[in-house]
Amino acid sequence: MSSDGNKRQFWKRNAAKVPGSIQHVYGAQHPPFDPLLHANLIKAGNKPPPATPGKPKKATTFQEFESTTSDAWDVGDDDDELLAMAAQNLNIEVVMETANKVIENHSRQQERQRQDDTTELEQREEEEVAEDEEEDEEDEEDRVEEGDMTSPEVSLASQSSPYTDGRLVKSHSEAPIGSPKDVAGEPAALHRQRSLPHRPPLIPLVARMADQNTSGTLAMTEREASRLDKFRQLLAGPNTDLEELRKLSWSGIPRQVRPITWKLLSGYLPANAERRESVLQRKRQEYFGFIQQYYDSRNDEHHQDTYRQIHIDIPRTNPLIPLFQQASVQEIFERILFIWAIRHPASGYVQGINDLVTPFFVVFVFEYIEEEVENFDVSSLQEEALRNIEADSFWCMSKLLDGIQDNYTFAQPGIQRKVKVLEELVSRIDESVHRHMQHYEVEYLQFAFRWMNNLLMRELPLRCTIRLWDTYQAEPEGFSHFHLYVCAAFLVRWRKEILEEKDFQGLMILLQNLPTMHWGNEEVSVLLAEAYRLKFAFADAPNHYKR
Amino acid sequence: MGSDDGYNFVFKVVLIGESGVGKSNLLSRFTKNEFSHDSRTTIGVEFSTRTVQLSGFTIKAQIWDTAGLERYRAITSAYYRGAVGALLVYDITKHLTYESVERWLKELYEHADPHIVVMLVGNKTDLESERSVPTDEAKEFAANKGLFFLETSALDSTNVEAAFNIVLAEIHRKVSSKEVIRGSIGAVSLNSSRAESTEENKPCCRNI
Repeated sequence: MSSDGNKRQFWKRNAAKVPGSIQHVYGAQHPPFDPLLHANLIKAGNKPPPATPGKPKKATTFQEFESTTSDAWDVGDDDDELLAMAAQNLNIEVVMETANKVIENHSRQQERQRQDDTTELEQREEEEVAEDEEEDEEDEEDRVEEGDMTSPEVSLASQSSPYTDGRLVKSHSEAPIGSPKDVAGEPAALHRQRSLPHRPPLIPLVARMADQNTSGTLAMTEREASRLDKFRQLLAGPNTDLEELRKLSWSGIPRQVRPITWKLLSGYLPANAERRESVLQRKRQEYFGFIQQYYDSRNDEHHQDTYRQIHIDIPRTNPLIPLFQQASVQEIFERILFIWAIRHPASGYVQGINDLVTPFFVVFVFEYIEEEVENFDVSSLQEEALRNIEADSFWCMSKLLDGIQDNYTFAQPGIQRKVKVLEELVSRIDESVHRHMQHYEVEYLQFAFRWMNNLLMRELPLRCTIRLWDTYQAEPEGFSHFHLYVCAAFLVRWRKEILEEKDFQGLMILLQNLPTMHWGNEEVSVLLAEAYRLKFAFADAPNHYKR
Repeated sequence: MGSDDGYNFVFKVVLIGESGVGKSNLLSRFTKNEFSHDSRTTIGVEFSTRTVQLSGFTIKAQIWDTAGLERYRAITSAYYRGAVGALLVYDITKHLTYESVERWLKELYEHADPHIVVMLVGNKTDLESERSVPTDEAKEFAANKGLFFLETSALDSTNVEAAFNIVLAEIHRKVSSKEVIRGSIGAVSLNSSRAESTEENKPCCRNI
């Protein structure tokens, strides 16, 4: 896909001597340069965003195209093309400004939070380490449940700005083995493990609380309420302005409107409101047609292996969330994955793809319930609702995978390439980290493979993934292109911890167990802002990633 | 976590075998004394370590847990490099996982050190009532192929320590008896009193 020649072009540095220095980038698809905004940003002490006198993009023609097309969403339409066009006028200045505000806000909050954090954190760390301390765990969970009203994981936003974090999670691998405590506790621990398939999560894993409660209270702030309003207005019209929707979504989508927004952004739902119902019906029928046609063949010889693999992977997909232990939910996942796999023989089913169903499923279930989703009993849903959720999840997941299918074809070339690009990125944005890893012979493939294969879902709590995907779906080719910058920002965010490790073992264990369990909206926002800066510094046209 | 207070050897060991046989839990049982019903599918390769004492030497076992799925082979084959020990795991309750053992052996010998120490491991003995691979059959197969053999349970810990320790001991024996040229087996031996300072500066195994 990208030859070396393309790679050279990709890194449009315009003779910048230092990575991250920002220059005008011509040919990039940005809105025209706004001197007023430019001046404001300079005053705030930030680097001005590059902007070119861009040609006005075909935004209006896209909408026209949309409304005249008989089917906005067919497997086979080059939706990426359309989406990219629509995304061109993403208002860079607004996003940069938001990004900077987020970072400032975040740093300011650190001092305030740090006091409260430390004690709570220590308690939580003890929990992570001491599995035998059942009683403590229960107490802690009670506290968490009470504390739910105040969004505990947000108040635990102890991660300081990316370059000065001081917290290290104790590594488990050198824990004393065979100590008297362990031996004594073993029978009890085993007993518990045998009888209980899961333990309740320590903090809510799913997005509900993380969405709008950066203030830490349940009530929405004015800002949050006004954002929700804007979304509602956009979504209310007869023809949703997808560009505007993307711009808004980049900074996060309020929970209430996330289901429909995701469906619109992915191209599953047409922008034209009138056509939505019929399109939905048709797509859902199509999916269930597939089930009727193919699902029974899962025990046939040529599909056996696929089905078997899926079947043993599903119970291992979200083992800590009760929602996913329900049989009906597991069956849904099996169907979705099996149908997808046999319809995509170039890759078939690959471990990791199972994770990708989860965010869609969870977000679409949200639409039907008010309370927390993790412990929700799906049998209380109407059958049709559940069927719709299943079909919608299938299609949206398919859409996502379309953009990254070479991640999963034989030898996984997409991933190998991306890991190389990541390495190159990191070598330019943080030479110390890069050299440090080289010195101890840590290969990027050894830890970043999973980052690409599972889109960071294994490194972040589910609620963070959901927030991340708001932005990924707002970006052109977010899951393949922007994701790289997020990975780079993510790696460099741990530079202090990385540089503290002085051997291969330590580095590997750190990199495969990054302490993000308490992450929430804030941390993700900072990460995204950094990723965006990086994308800017190494700006290129999205075209480079077109196949 | 920094480097240990001196160790004499680092031995790289890989866990291989079909998906779902229990490799990850064998790893966590050995390195952290943990077993989890909640473990997720291994993606790519996961890594853990444990230090053991053998005949007065301090040995750091560097253990790589690989995903069992066919699809990952292109990536994971790189991980065989430099491995001096392997646990080839199957599930005693799933005969299919035992039938793949020959294939895994072939792949192992194609990618790893020719002197690699291999143990065949039949895991999940806690599920004796569902057994579908007779012990004697597997034992005989292992003997024919020159492999060590043990049946284990990561869940209740049966034989897990033994499995790893036997492999590590055998590696150590080979290195010490100079049955292999030290370079070819990829392990580096250091004077114990100077282990710490030297280790800080040099990664001692080729870590790919």
